[in-house]
Amino acid sequence: MRAAASDLPLVLDSVSLEANSTTILDRLNLTIGPGAPTLIVGPNGAGKTRLLRLCMGLDAPSAGRITWGGRADSEMRGRAILFQRPVMLRRTTAANVAYALAQVGLPRSQRADRIAALLESVGLSDLAQRPARRLSGGEQQRLALARALARDPEILLLDEPTANLDPAATRGVEEIVLAAAKSGIKIVMASHDLGQVRRLAGDVIFLVRGAVCEQAKAEYFLDHPKTQEAAAFLRGDLVI
Amino acid sequence: MSDQFSAWQLILNGDPALFAIVRLSLAVSLSAVALAALIGMPLGALLGLARFPGRSVPVVLLNTLMGLPPVVVGLAVYLLLSRSGPLGGFGILFTPTAMVIAQTILIVPIIAAPTRQTVEDLWVEYRDELTAMNVTPAGRMTTLLWDARYSLVTALLAGFGRAAAEVGAVMIVGGNIDGFTRTMTTAVALETSKGNLPLAMGLGVILLAIVLAINAAAWGTRVWSERQAG
Amino acid sequence: MASRFALRAFAVLVATAVNFAVASAEDRSIVVASTTSTQDSGLFGYLLPIFKAKTGIEVKVIAQGTGQALDTARRGDADVVFVHAKAQEEKFLAEGFGVKRFDVMYNDFVLIGPKSDLAGVKGQDIETALKTIQAKRAPFVSRGDRSGTHSAELTLWRQAGIDIGASKGSWYREIGQGMGAALNTASAMNAYVLSDRGTWLSFKNRGELEIVVEGDKRLFNQYGVMLVNPAKHPTVKQQLGQTFVDWIISGEGQAAIAGYKIDGQQLFFPNADKKGA
Repeated sequence: MRAAASDLPLVLDSVSLEANSTTILDRLNLTIGPGAPTLIVGPNGAGKTRLLRLCMGLDAPSAGRITWGGRADSEMRGRAILFQRPVMLRRTTAANVAYALAQVGLPRSQRADRIAALLESVGLSDLAQRPARRLSGGEQQRLALARALARDPEILLLDEPTANLDPAATRGVEEIVLAAAKSGIKIVMASHDLGQVRRLAGDVIFLVRGAVCEQAKAEYFLDHPKTQEAAAFLRGDLVI
Repeated sequence: MSDQFSAWQLILNGDPALFAIVRLSLAVSLSAVALAALIGMPLGALLGLARFPGRSVPVVLLNTLMGLPPVVVGLAVYLLLSRSGPLGGFGILFTPTAMVIAQTILIVPIIAAPTRQTVEDLWVEYRDELTAMNVTPAGRMTTLLWDARYSLVTALLAGFGRAAAEVGAVMIVGGNIDGFTRTMTTAVALETSKGNLPLAMGLGVILLAIVLAINAAAWGTRVWSERQAG
Repeated sequence: MASRFALRAFAVLVATAVNFAVASAEDRSIVVASTTSTQDSGLFGYLLPIFKAKTGIEVKVIAQGTGQALDTARRGDADVVFVHAKAQEEKFLAEGFGVKRFDVMYNDFVLIGPKSDLAGVKGQDIETALKTIQAKRAPFVSRGDRSGTHSAELTLWRQAGIDIGASKGSWYREIGQGMGAALNTASAMNAYVLSDRGTWLSFKNRGELEIVVEGDKRLFNQYGVMLVNPAKHPTVKQQLGQTFVDWIISGEGQAAIAGYKIDGQQLFFPNADKKGA
């Protein structure tokens, strides 16, 4: 059930995040609007995960404001997030999806059909009765996607979902993400795989040491980076 | 129960007194575990998830109560249920109900304290996902309790072990009445004080065998269940 | 779903527990507070089925020391007391907790000791024996629990001219438990112990122990029965309790008591006189 009001545009206004007297994110100003997927790239430790958690609303900024569709107080109803290592509930694959549906209030009578459809869309129909903890890494990530999509989200945030997966599994996940994007879901995804950026991105946010270094459409960023750090990153150098 | 026979002979003869004692022991202890779980698991989960200043106090208190001496609990419950006591009107002193009450009090902490720890540890792992899925506080408790069920079964078995093994509480609040409130443990105590040491020991072995059977059943259930749901 | 099944299982167990309460709040049952010596001797196992067959009344016996039994009755948790310490019983009566006291039966105490009889008291009268034991500091086990036997023991020390409270040493072991436990302890320590004959006759773990002093007039052990006063505790089952008291002092009850034997030996001797005090 999609939330009544829209969560887009997602605006970060001078958002900073501090912890233990270290600045993790430094006065970010970002606007994420509807459309093609936004990929967040940058070296490890740049703050990609923290940024995604802020966008989801799991954490609060130390300074600045985040607004979803102009509202500062927004329930997490219209958004969903995928973590790098998803937590599987100790039950079957289908039951995991059922759980997600229950949390968003879908009546019991409608669940069976929706579960079947979701499992179909992520290619896990054959594994519906398998204990979720016994799925492979790629299968678990796809189940996590099914759970996220069960929420009928407006925004889908993903934190390096294929970082631990082999190429075949990676492709499986990417296909689902692209299908979701096509159906109108706004994708915001962290990645440090440039190939993935090329395959999926509409626009790119390049993060270095907690600050937005560059922000541009994918083709421009990849082929004509403006900053030195971006160029170095694209070359494969370590950006310290 | 006849003094003439050994415990083994009593089993083979199907001695009704022996079977009545076994039935009562199981009924009292299993009922106590059920009630204690009904109280202790939500309590433990609540404490495991709650965050407030001074939280260490109830946590430490709960851990401490795991060591409640059975005989002290028995005495306290006796004073409550005595006709001269506040709850005397119910007239349940010297009945199996009083025994269930005393044992329940005894094992609530034994179930609640490990539940608290288990839920607290699991919450660390589950927090982001459950928060991101908009799970209500009540929902968190039930989800964590269900997902931690294998660990929690151990807490239940610890509670059952304690209940089945104790003699102090059931002796005081039950009165060890022949045919009504005599359990395996109070029977062992009685036969010992009558000098029937071999019979007492035999009864003790039977009690151990029963507890073993229950633990084996619990283990088997877990293995089967894991195969179903992982 | 498993959780629904579990819930149902809980409900069944709770219902069973509650059912116990209902079943045991039977109309025709009474609680008799009695002593460990009558329980451990097996007398009730013999008597109560006879009583139940005749009257249909279920007798639930709580076996404690005399002192504890009387306290239980004072709290209103028993309907009848059946104990053996006349002084304590009369105090109970004087306090208004009992209706009327009746003699029921007697047996005797015996001094038990190790076959080796290191204190050399075998065959002496009880006073001399106790004096000898105290002088030689021979190991002695005392019930120490305000029971009838314990009261009798203390009286005997007094009659022997010994202030046991002052002169007890490490040889005098107060265990605070029932007769069977005291005998077990004495058996393990090869110590002397005062016991009632009934418990001794049915006791199986004798080890090296045997009777060393018996037959002394001062070892007489009288049992009495009282209905707990309903004026003090209205919940006392007056009618049913009185039926038990009446039966145990009647010809039938007295004959039943005389009929209880172990290895052909009678343990208790009926001596009710129905007038009571």
